[in-house]
Amino acid sequence: MSDRIEVLKTYKTYVGGKFPRSESDRTYKITDPKGKQIANACRCTRKDVRDAVVAARSAFNEWSNRSAYNRGQILYRIAEMLEDRKDQFVKELEKSGTKSKEAMKQVEASIDRIIYFAGWTDKLSQVFGTVNPVASPHFNFSSPDATGVAGIIAPDEAPLLSAVSLIAPVLSGGNTCILLASEKNPLPLVSFGEVIHASDVPGGVVNILTGHHSEMVDHLSAHMDVNAVFNTTAEKETRKLIDENASISVKRVTHYPETDWFNEKHENPYLILEFMETKTTWHPVGN
Amino acid sequence: MNAVTIPDFHQTIPIDKVGVEERMARLNKRSIKKESKLQGLKLALSMIDLTTLEGKDSEGKIIQLCNKARTPYTPMPDLPTVAAVCVYPNLVDAAKKALRGTTIKVASVAAAFPSGMARLKDKLEDTRYAIDQGADEIDMVISRGEFLKGNYSYIFDEIAAIKEACGEVHLKVILETGELETYENVRKASDIAMYAGADFIKTSTGKIQPAATQPVTMIMLEAIRDFYRNTGQMVGMKPAGGIRKAKEALQYLVLVKETLGAAWLTPQWFRIGASSLTNDLLMQIVKQETGVYQSINYFSND
Repeated sequence: MSDRIEVLKTYKTYVGGKFPRSESDRTYKITDPKGKQIANACRCTRKDVRDAVVAARSAFNEWSNRSAYNRGQILYRIAEMLEDRKDQFVKELEKSGTKSKEAMKQVEASIDRIIYFAGWTDKLSQVFGTVNPVASPHFNFSSPDATGVAGIIAPDEAPLLSAVSLIAPVLSGGNTCILLASEKNPLPLVSFGEVIHASDVPGGVVNILTGHHSEMVDHLSAHMDVNAVFNTTAEKETRKLIDENASISVKRVTHYPETDWFNEKHENPYLILEFMETKTTWHPVGN
Repeated sequence: MNAVTIPDFHQTIPIDKVGVEERMARLNKRSIKKESKLQGLKLALSMIDLTTLEGKDSEGKIIQLCNKARTPYTPMPDLPTVAAVCVYPNLVDAAKKALRGTTIKVASVAAAFPSGMARLKDKLEDTRYAIDQGADEIDMVISRGEFLKGNYSYIFDEIAAIKEACGEVHLKVILETGELETYENVRKASDIAMYAGADFIKTSTGKIQPAATQPVTMIMLEAIRDFYRNTGQMVGMKPAGGIRKAKEALQYLVLVKETLGAAWLTPQWFRIGASSLTNDLLMQIVKQETGVYQSINYFSND
């Protein structure tokens, strides 16, 4: 019978292995489908994008130089940790209006998806690397190499599963990323940051920002230090903006306007290749 | 120095540590935006002593560094050049040749840099050699061991002797504040250096951590201000080491403006010893001009 006012959590961002608030100090309300406020989230700005890119860039060398096998182990560890905290994620998804059964299905699919991509890390160059016949005394071979820092623009549908499906292929190739979490339902993503933090993933490899995409996409896609954009927005104007901005530094752009995130087609090694460069080596050999 | 009485260096000028740090924090909150930010960034660029002081330096490295000094960023030819390059004495000649036709100065460290552990005779020899090679400015480091022993007259005489060897050549005296232990010592060493004839006082060699910090710089700037009030002579200031970000550079400019006034805000009286700061300033300048955040991959290493 107390008049206690519930404390609403303000979810923070995840940047460079830390959990800072937005540089702007602004927050916005997260509501459930009925319009009731359930939490606050940081409303990030271009400056948070800038800081996140710095963090992602400085983490890149270490992450891409890890052995593929070790990257696989770490991704697997994320899945383990997520499995361990399943209930929390189910609860968070329920809060924002997902039905219990659906929420459990989503969390489980997320775990499986991470494991799928964990398996690919050390098989990628075996499957997609080639030895090329050339008309000179050279041993010539090509292998996929991480492109660098990727910006990921996540959708509102299945907020956890969709983001995981986007992050996992990017990470498994050795890239680092900045994720703009779902605008409407960022909560499970911020918690996912905590899982990543507890899973041996070096700080800065995954950076998660919340807020209005319209305030961040422009700067993220124009940033010279971002090498790829993974976009799920179907909206024409935004896609055009991303394409134009990406052309400044010739970024790889993958538009991926999906809605059904449970579909198995998202478990697909070609998604990893979207964020890889082909490195070809010419090695002289004697005859 | 005739009319000026040299103070008793055994007297300690107390420094309010909390006060210094609070004032620093307050000044750092100042926001500099848009046009004034761009001007500030360009000013900071023009104040850089582009430095390379590594055992592995060679003529080739110096030529590359000097190219960076002349043309910091090729797509923007109108940018100011840096103030000087700072090298070891045996590379002064290479730097002089590479900078021919520009107004960029060549500064040389000398006098048993970075330890300062040598006989005065050798230090003078080292200094004369650097000047013979064509150095426009000499960066020397005080003997911290003697200073901490309280042998202030030794420090004073050493600086005075090296200044005499320098003649018209500018002398920057490095206090190596990271080894002076207290703020009071920083103040005392600043006073000794200035009364002994330093044209510039400089925080650090860059070989000892912590190098330049803002509180230490503030104390040295206040020493310069008091020296100016007592003698009417201006002395320059050079924080060096550890300044890597454009934002910090702007904070230093604010500090100079607030402590000494605009008269000191020129490359003649204020320098920043740095190397990687140059590219960060350039990235911020290009960001201001284009609105697009930049990547270090598009800027030449020096």
